[in-house]
Amino acid sequence: MATQQTRALGRIAVAPSVIALFLWMIVPLSMTIWFSFLRYNLLDPNPACSLLTPGQLLDEANRCFAGTTNYYYFLTDPAFFKAMRNSLMLVGWVIAISVIGGTLLALLLDQAIYGRNIVRLMIIAPFFVMPTVSALVWKNMMMHPVQGFLAWITKSLGLGAIDWFAHYPMTAIVIMVSWQWLPFATLIILTALQSFDEEQKEAAQMDGTPPLSFFWYMILPHLARPITVVILIETIFLLNVFAEIYVSGSGGRAGNLPYLVYQYGLLSNDIGGASAGGIVAVVLANIVAFFLMRMIGKNLEG
Amino acid sequence: MARAVSPRRRMIFTVLAWSIAFVIFFPVLWTVLTSFKTEGEAIHLPPKFIFFDWTLENYAVVQERSNYLKFAMNSVFLALGSTFFALVIAIPAAWAMAFAPGKYTKDILMWMLSTKMMPPVGALIPLYLIFRDLGLLDTRGGIIAVLMLLNLPIIIWMLYTYFKEIPGEILEASRMDGASVGKELLYVLAPMAVPGIASTVLLNIILAWNEAFWTLSLTTKDAAPLTQFIASYSSPEGLFWAKLSAASTMAIAPILVLGWFAQKQLVRGLTFGAVK
Repeated sequence: MATQQTRALGRIAVAPSVIALFLWMIVPLSMTIWFSFLRYNLLDPNPACSLLTPGQLLDEANRCFAGTTNYYYFLTDPAFFKAMRNSLMLVGWVIAISVIGGTLLALLLDQAIYGRNIVRLMIIAPFFVMPTVSALVWKNMMMHPVQGFLAWITKSLGLGAIDWFAHYPMTAIVIMVSWQWLPFATLIILTALQSFDEEQKEAAQMDGTPPLSFFWYMILPHLARPITVVILIETIFLLNVFAEIYVSGSGGRAGNLPYLVYQYGLLSNDIGGASAGGIVAVVLANIVAFFLMRMIGKNLEG
Repeated sequence: MARAVSPRRRMIFTVLAWSIAFVIFFPVLWTVLTSFKTEGEAIHLPPKFIFFDWTLENYAVVQERSNYLKFAMNSVFLALGSTFFALVIAIPAAWAMAFAPGKYTKDILMWMLSTKMMPPVGALIPLYLIFRDLGLLDTRGGIIAVLMLLNLPIIIWMLYTYFKEIPGEILEASRMDGASVGKELLYVLAPMAVPGIASTVLLNIILAWNEAFWTLSLTTKDAAPLTQFIASYSSPEGLFWAKLSAASTMAIAPILVLGWFAQKQLVRGLTFGAVK
C-alpha cells in the first residue's frame, strides 16, 4: 500500500547503497579489464612494445596496448595450472570434509547429550579465529616437525615426525582451512536439523523405522537445502582463500589462484599479467555465483 | 526432551561429542595455554598441559616490543567505523525495500548480493593503484571504506530479512493515526528493529575484525590492524612460540566472545536468510 510519496522516499533511501555498491563493483572491474589488455609493468618503464602486437604506445606512463598477450602468458604459465589445481583441490577437499563431517557432527549434537551448549561453543570457536592466527598456530604449535604437538603424537605412536608444510603443504592447508569451515557447516546443518518436526521423529520411532532409512528418506531430504547453501557459500569463500597461504609461507607449492595473482601484481609488479589473472578468477567465481544466485532467488519466492 | 533416551546411549553420545569437540577446540586451547608458558616450556616435549610455571610475562613483552595496543586500536576503529558507516546507508535502504517494495526491489537485492561474489583479486590491482595515487594506502579512512563496501551487501540483506518480519499492519495503524514517516521510524519501527540491528552489527564487527585479504595488502604500519600484527610474527627470530601465543590470544579473544553470543545470527547472516 505504498503511496506515491513513500515510493519516492524509498528510492532516495535505497540510492546511496546502490550507488556505492555500483561504483565499488564497476570501477575496479573495468580498470582490471582495461589493464589486462596492456603491457604495464611498474618496474619496467620502457616496455618493448614493438615486440608485442599491435604494439602502440599509449601514454606517459609507458603502458602500451598488448592485445590478448597477457591472457596468453597467464593461461599458458605452468604456474597457472598449478594454482588452478591447488584452488580446485582446496575447494573440493574442504567442502567434502566440512559437509560430510558437518552432517555427522550435527546429527550427533542433535542427540540428547549432556552439556550440548558447551560442546557447541567449543566446536564453533575455530570459525572466529582470524586467518592469520590460525595459519601461524597450525604452522608452528601444531605442525612443526620437531616441537609441534602433532609431531609429539605421531612420534609417541612410533610413526615418526611429519614435516607437514615441507612435504605435504597442500594437505596442511586443507587441514587448516577445514578446521575453520567444518564448524560453519556443522552450525548451519544443526540449525536446520533442529527445525525438523519433532512429531515426525516420534512417529518414526514408534513405527520402528530403522534409523538409517529414517535418515535417508526423511532427514537427508530435509537437509538438502542447507547443505546446498553450505556448498555454495563455502565455494565462494574458499576460492578466495589467501591469508592462510600467504602467512604460512606455502604459496610456492600450495599457492592458489588468488595467491598467483598477488604474486604477479604486488610481488612482480606485472600489472597487466595480474589483471588478466584477476579476470580469469572473476570468470570462475561467476560460474559458481550463477548457481548460488538461482538458489537464493528460489528461496526468496518460497 | 520429549523422547525417552536410554541413559547408556546418552552417555555414549555425550562422551563422543565431548571428545570431538575437544579435538576441534584443542588448537585454540593450546594457544591460550602456551601464552602463559615460558619460551622454554612452550617447546618442551612431552608437552606440559597444566603443570608449568604460569607467567604473564609474554603479554608484557608483546605489548612492549610490538605495540599490541596500537594494532588493537586500529582493529577496533576499522571494525566499528566500517560497521557504523555501512549502517548509516543500509538502514534506510533495507527499511525502504522491506516496507515500500517497488517493482525492482528483488532484482536490486539479488544484484547487491552478486557484488559479494566478486573475488577480491579481481579488484586488487586497480584498488592498490587508486589507493597509492590518492595517498590512501595504509590509512584508516581508506580501509574503513573498503571494509564498509565489502560487508554492505550482507548488512542490507540481514536488515532486510529482519525488517521483513515486522508486521506491516502496525505501520499502517500508526499511519492511520497520523504518524509521519519520521515518527513512524522513530517510535514504531526502531524499537522493533533494534534486536535485528544489534545482531547485524555483531556479525559485521566479527567479519571486519577477521578480514585479512584487504588489510594485509593495503596496510603496512599506521593503519595496520591485528591481522597484520600477527602476520608480522611469520618470520620469527629465536624462541617465540609463547609470545606468538600471547599475541594470538589477544587478537582472537574479543571476537571469540562476541562470536559465541552471535552464533544464531551468524547462520542467518551468512546464508542470507536461506537457513534460519
